Amino acid sequence: MKINWFKYASPATFYPVAGRLVPIFGIAALALMLLALYWGFFETPERLGGSNPQKEYYRIIFIHVPAAWLSMWLYLVLAGWSAVGLVFNTRLSFMMANAVAPTGAVFTFIALWTGAFWGRPSWGTYWDWDPRLTSELILFFLYIGFMALHSAIDDSRRADRAAALLAIVGLVMLPIIFWSINCPDPNNCAALHQRSSLGNIESNILTAMLTMTLGFWLYSFATAFARLRGIIVLREQDSVWVRELLAVDGGAETGVGGTSGDGRQADPRQPNRGVRA
Amino acid sequence: MQPLLDFLSQGGYAFYVWSAFGMTFLLLVAEVISLRRSRRTILRRVGRLARLHTQNQPPGEQ
Repeated sequence: MKINWFKYASPATFYPVAGRLVPIFGIAALALMLLALYWGFFETPERLGGSNPQKEYYRIIFIHVPAAWLSMWLYLVLAGWSAVGLVFNTRLSFMMANAVAPTGAVFTFIALWTGAFWGRPSWGTYWDWDPRLTSELILFFLYIGFMALHSAIDDSRRADRAAALLAIVGLVMLPIIFWSINCPDPNNCAALHQRSSLGNIESNILTAMLTMTLGFWLYSFATAFARLRGIIVLREQDSVWVRELLAVDGGAETGVGGTSGDGRQADPRQPNRGVRA
Repeated sequence: MQPLLDFLSQGGYAFYVWSAFGMTFLLLVAEVISLRRSRRTILRRVGRLARLHTQNQPPGEQ
């Protein structure tokens, strides 16, 4: 069987698909996150480790590690769609990259923030210019730089290509973050990101962590698709299908454009703050 | 009551634990809210332009 994948590369085809996926992913994400929180707080031991255990603050692991993973995976998605866009010159790929970037930045910030509040009780400091912390901070700046560069260029096609190039160059940070563990011998240093493997983790802790990771993934899908729909409408607003879609009911089919009949609230001259095209 | 207080105190590490979880919660909620608001803004703006466009066209003509 041959599937025509390029059929879904058209914004007009993907717009309703994304609209159906958003609530599904959103509800599943919420359920998984709540389950992970329950498991992480009530089914896990209060101490982690042997002779010098981490106390209750280790529970930050249930958001810190999933957020750090997501920050890297989402960057891979961002750079991947950028590369597909550059190679095949498909509009939807660039839009996907743009839709993922803010969510990736949010998870990178969460990883840094929760790391600080884990580092204080366990390492005695909120921040240190350790290789992994520093490279994660650079990843955060890459996300910000991607969004800033894209919004700084008026011509959206040129903005797409410039930002995509930045995203691909920034890929070099991912292996750096992955291998930036500066503590080869855990006996000699307190624990700035010790080498660890999933197999050594207590199974309840692992369950909560992986459940939260899956929840974060689905959350990312939901927010990226929701953002993608906005981007599609903005950038295809001169196309016939968007005009027909919105001329009929002003987008009321989505259930959120309820005030569309009230033209006084809309001011076309006003820049759309918070909206990224 | 005591179990709840024990839970909230997290063995004396409440500040660190709840700062981390609280900020995560706030950021995720803020992202969802800002997405809904920006979607409403986009639909209102683009929808208005679309209606203006179709009104200027004689019916039956594309």
